[in-house]
Amino acid sequence: MSAGQLPRWVDYGLIPLINLIAAFLVSGLVVLLIGENPIDAVRVLIWGALGFGEGVGFTLFYATNFIFTGLAVAVAFHAGLFNIGGEGQAYVGGLGVALACLALDRIVPWWVTLPVAVAGAAVMGAAWAFIPAWLQAKRGSHIVITTIMFNFISYSLMVYLLVNVLAKPGSMQPETRTFEEGGRLPFLNDIQSLVDFGTAPVNLALVLALIASALVWVIIWRTRLGYEIRSFGANATAAVYAGMSPARIIIITMLISGGLSGMMALNEIMGSQHRLLIEFVAGYGFVGIAVALMGRAHPVGIILAAILFGMLYQGGAELAFEMPAISRDMIIVIQGLVILFAGALENLFRPAIVRIFTPSRAPAVQAG
Amino acid sequence: MKKLLTISVSTLAGLAFSAAAMAADINPAVLYDLGGKFDKSFNEAAFTGAEKFKADTGIGYRDFEIQNDAQREQALRNFAKRGQSPIIAIGFSQANAVEKVAKEFPDIQFAIVDSVIDLPNVRSIVFKEHEGSYIVGVAAALASKTGKVGFVGGMDIGLIRKFACGYKQGVMSVKSDAEVFENMTGDTGAAWNDPVKGGELAKSQFDKGADVVYHAAGGTGIGVLQAAHDAGKLGIGVDSNQNGLFPGSVLTSMLKRVDVAVAKTFEDAKNDAWSSGVQVLGLAEGGVDWALDDNNASLVNADMKAAVEKAKADIISGTVVVHDYMADNTCP
Repeated sequence: MSAGQLPRWVDYGLIPLINLIAAFLVSGLVVLLIGENPIDAVRVLIWGALGFGEGVGFTLFYATNFIFTGLAVAVAFHAGLFNIGGEGQAYVGGLGVALACLALDRIVPWWVTLPVAVAGAAVMGAAWAFIPAWLQAKRGSHIVITTIMFNFISYSLMVYLLVNVLAKPGSMQPETRTFEEGGRLPFLNDIQSLVDFGTAPVNLALVLALIASALVWVIIWRTRLGYEIRSFGANATAAVYAGMSPARIIIITMLISGGLSGMMALNEIMGSQHRLLIEFVAGYGFVGIAVALMGRAHPVGIILAAILFGMLYQGGAELAFEMPAISRDMIIVIQGLVILFAGALENLFRPAIVRIFTPSRAPAVQAG
Repeated sequence: MKKLLTISVSTLAGLAFSAAAMAADINPAVLYDLGGKFDKSFNEAAFTGAEKFKADTGIGYRDFEIQNDAQREQALRNFAKRGQSPIIAIGFSQANAVEKVAKEFPDIQFAIVDSVIDLPNVRSIVFKEHEGSYIVGVAAALASKTGKVGFVGGMDIGLIRKFACGYKQGVMSVKSDAEVFENMTGDTGAAWNDPVKGGELAKSQFDKGADVVYHAAGGTGIGVLQAAHDAGKLGIGVDSNQNGLFPGSVLTSMLKRVDVAVAKTFEDAKNDAWSSGVQVLGLAEGGVDWALDDNNASLVNADMKAAVEKAKADIISGTVVVHDYMADNTCP
């Protein structure tokens, strides 16, 4: 991701901030249009997301999902690949988590199940990304199309498995049995006493998400593989000329990407719901695209963007609860505006800002 | 509430004081499933029931539409913390959340539609969809000239197979050699709200020779009924009375009275007649039924009406037992 000619704090801090403010201003107009007070709405939203322990807990819970799916999209970005399949990879990743938990939860404590569940999530998510990757690498089938198609295949596969194979007998609910203690990640509330998160389901997966962020940074910027991925993304022809194998890079990048998506299921399945259920991904995979765009495909940016979207989810829920005139669809409009301004219209204010910052500066030295 | 109290007291000169005070005590809430409040079907029926209660009694209610699974518990707790009671959760997917939160708030009355939770403060309301589907199956078989009828479901899950299975039994009870085509719309939440695909599935069934098609697919079913109307065939509605959507093309509707159940639950709480436990609403209890009104009077001849009413009476008396798919996950 090129930083252009701007100082990094402008590129990573000021521009996203301006985009965000613009999104909120437009949202405010919409709120005004339906006859509510936008200032009150913002106050409820921010209070709901950050004003009390439980709200913060929910914000971080959602953020955990977004960090995983955001990292997944970002890794693929670096190789110039657009992985739209986070939704399906996370869904199938849930299968890996659930199988590990169902097999082990009655015999071993959670910390024994955890590595198996992590492996299960990553392997299943990666496996789901492998076929589109292979098709792209060997057959030139466009990854955007194939990953989207694999989302639909995953929906069908999971409904079939949940209804016919994994559902508990005698229940009409398309879901597995609830895991015992050995298949549950501890809630943050139970393992620390600094902050009281109330009944929020924020759990140990948050720590895993932060570790994953650090690992992604190391892989992309501090390893030979990462160098290859970035070179390939910046200029595929040059990378081939330099002796790198495009097929290998595409497949490995997509495996990492799919594995990260799959690990989102740890937070939802092992951390919160404690059972595999239908449609648990609920769009987190797609929001990951916006998170990666807004976070500039950098782990730190992704963590911040993920927290922002966590705030929008949790604050939005409180807003819909407190102000019945603002329905759940309105919240989606606000989230959509943020995505629009932060992603699609990312360059709206850039030329003006470049003009403000460039005359006084010599051509910037581009840091990695 | 205070205003309401004052008005009742002044107008009725204290006569209705105790009732009004009781009324002021309840603070009902509805939690919809992922389909949302205006899904033209199941959740909307709950909304209709709550609105009816509001119109009848003047008591307002709160409601919430969830966006994801984590919000189920969160919304229930939010309601409970604010002292809302009774809190009614719509849809079987809410079961785990209701069970958890009902344990945390033993003094608050909860209710759930389409699932059973065994707790002293929870009322569980379930419907015998197979019975209602059976009698519309009887009507479908009698109305069909080709001996082939169709079924369009939303998602391929147990609940919808229960509808399909009851329907099939009803059809077979009239014509044992009849053919029933079954199609499901999709595998995501969109399956409940995809009228275009519903219409296409219905058309493909018409192409195979079906001339009556029953749907259990929420908003998708509007497309099914539309396709039946366009092709000059017959559709059968579900959940609400959909006879009026395409008068003359909707043979009947299988009514699932979620609206009555919601309004009744609120009224019971208001009148201090609350009870927990399981309410199984079938034909006998009026929880499911078929719809006969001006819109379909010309489609239902006397023989058909007699046959459907007989099937209904037989089920109520126990002479005919409709197999419930959910009991053993098979359909005879």
